[in-house]
Amino acid sequence: MKLTTKMLGATAIVAASATAANAVEMEVMHWWTSGGEAAAVAQFAEALNNNTDNTWLDGAIAGGGDVARPVMVSRIIGGDPPAAFQFNHGRQAEELVEAGLLLDLTDVAEEQNWAEIINPPSLLEACTYDGRVYCAPVNIHSWQWMWLSNAAFETAGVEVPQSWTEFVETVPALEEAGITPLAMGGQAWQQNGSFGVMAIALAGEEAWLAVNRDKDAEVARGPEYARVFEAFGAARDYSAGLQVQDWNQATNAVIEDTAAAQIMGDWAQGEFALAGEVAGEDYSCLPGLGEVAVLDTGGDAFFFPVTGDPEMEAAQKELAALLLSPEVQVAFNSAKGSLPIRGDVDLTTVNECTQKGLDLLAAGQTLPSGNELLSPDTITQLNDLMTQFWNDTSMTPADVQEQYAQIIESAS
Amino acid sequence: MAIADTTATDDRVADRPASAKKPMRLFRNLMPKLALTPMALTAVVVFLGGTIWTVVYSFTSSGLLPRLDWVGLEQYDRLWSTTKWIVSIQNLALYGFLSLIFTLVIGFTLAAMLDRKIRGEAVFRTIFLYPFALSFIVTGLVWQWILNPDYGVQGVVRSLGWESFTFNPLNNPDIVMYGLLIAGLWQGTGLIMCIMLAGLRGIDEDIWKATRVDGIGTVKTYVQVIIPMMRPVFVTSVVLIASGIIKLYDLVVAQTSGGPGISSEVPAKYVMTAMFGGQNLGQGFAASSMMLLGVVIILVPWAFLEFGGRKKRV
Repeated sequence: MKLTTKMLGATAIVAASATAANAVEMEVMHWWTSGGEAAAVAQFAEALNNNTDNTWLDGAIAGGGDVARPVMVSRIIGGDPPAAFQFNHGRQAEELVEAGLLLDLTDVAEEQNWAEIINPPSLLEACTYDGRVYCAPVNIHSWQWMWLSNAAFETAGVEVPQSWTEFVETVPALEEAGITPLAMGGQAWQQNGSFGVMAIALAGEEAWLAVNRDKDAEVARGPEYARVFEAFGAARDYSAGLQVQDWNQATNAVIEDTAAAQIMGDWAQGEFALAGEVAGEDYSCLPGLGEVAVLDTGGDAFFFPVTGDPEMEAAQKELAALLLSPEVQVAFNSAKGSLPIRGDVDLTTVNECTQKGLDLLAAGQTLPSGNELLSPDTITQLNDLMTQFWNDTSMTPADVQEQYAQIIESAS
Repeated sequence: MAIADTTATDDRVADRPASAKKPMRLFRNLMPKLALTPMALTAVVVFLGGTIWTVVYSFTSSGLLPRLDWVGLEQYDRLWSTTKWIVSIQNLALYGFLSLIFTLVIGFTLAAMLDRKIRGEAVFRTIFLYPFALSFIVTGLVWQWILNPDYGVQGVVRSLGWESFTFNPLNNPDIVMYGLLIAGLWQGTGLIMCIMLAGLRGIDEDIWKATRVDGIGTVKTYVQVIIPMMRPVFVTSVVLIASGIIKLYDLVVAQTSGGPGISSEVPAKYVMTAMFGGQNLGQGFAASSMMLLGVVIILVPWAFLEFGGRKKRV
């Protein structure tokens, strides 16, 4: 009797779960917690809840990627994977794919024709391992920008420069007017990121690709890069007057016109917008430092762990397709201030600077991001080296160039 | 000692012919042994097992995931040729040395002063112990603001009229470790003071009476009589301070995040960055194995002297 009741109960549970077959609760892990980011991720949640039977369970982890990634990885290895998780474009998930822990999305990619719609194509390449697609890219962020305060140059009595070369010429006038020429935060990634921007702008695309993609240490030791390191050393002097830690504090110095310029990714534009500044009037932007007009295309992508549950798998593939759909792309990227990963959609609000970025994307003037070409290990080493150089004035550009070349030589 | 006890009981049991059956040694004191089993298992599996696992994997090329792909001493080679690691070790040595000395000296001095039966002792004790209730993260942030040149100490003194006053440790690579040390001492001395105070209270009142009769000065009594009597208290304090030094991490992350540049990096932070920022578990394991080795080299001879010696005395 007792056994029968138990069996009846079990059958009821099975039946209940069978009737709810199409409604899966999908836990999505990400590290988007700031105001704009949270608003953007809410667009995803809304799209999932409205367009499918599945529900979005928000698994936000505060503290940024370095905090969130280990949590996600341990959940996946520990056998309790989320339905989907965010990583940056690039090589961060390489090992998870090799270990067979991530869902193959190739059929979705083929069905949705990702090869055609994703622009630049390098984003899909970054998701592809051995010919199979493992992630859904959702946005593009680029480092290749310099932000300039128009008022600061006016105070110094010089024209707003149109390139790095012109900027260097205005430095003495700026310093005389008591303005810090270049704002730079104290964190290592900011210094290494700025170096990457200067390398593309001053050494050119070809040399940059030779070093970052082909790991050619000879080019890293060569004259093109010597020029970059000289300029980077000069930039160190330009920034000496300002002591701030976070990137947004440095951006704030440009907004308040106490600093003239900052090399920072397009996410800085959110700060200008928040302060009520208008592109073209209050601030200017130079993609590629005005030297080499090209954008690197970093950003975020979603990966889907293997769960072994066919219902979950169907829901994951549904979500992957949804993330790339035109409406969701527009809603998400408008809220986040990033660029959409497909060229056939129009953002709702576009200012002068975003338009410059979109034009470059449309013209195919793009490069893969450092994250896609270098392993996280190498990036950590470069962060350490650049921040050491930036803070130790006894280190010469020649010293740092040699050490840089050694790291590139040993990089995989 | 344990063996001596057992034989003694065994003799008594043998003397009593009524209890014919000799109880098995394994089951003697069964309840305490049962109660200890979970902790013993945890110690063996989690601590010892985890340690061995870490050391073994430090000889592999593990990246994001641990894998048994042997590379010999490659991770250690790279570790010792990395400037950041060398700087970390130097910083920890400096911080450790100064922190140990100053915590003991300040902690003992405060405790001795409170022990002089001053008015409002409870108030002072609370004030001194209060920072210990704050986490290192909060401590680090608070001192980051206090030492901020624009808003903190330097800003206040300058606004009072001393325009040339400069006190900006967190932005000066040469003295940034002292900025950390101030915060560390502020947080940690209260606890040591309390332990010392408990030790001082444990000193018999008669000792003081005897020294007064002999006409020995207060300071001399403290240094030559009281401190030697408080040896166990000092040992406890040193163990507490030392473990705090080795795991120094969150204070650095909150206060300087290793900067300016790499001038306030510490080994624990190197491990965390390598493992979770750089997705290079092998390198992180190698660094943590070196930390363990350092602890073992310092701790084993000391523990041998301290605890091995006492057993002989008994």
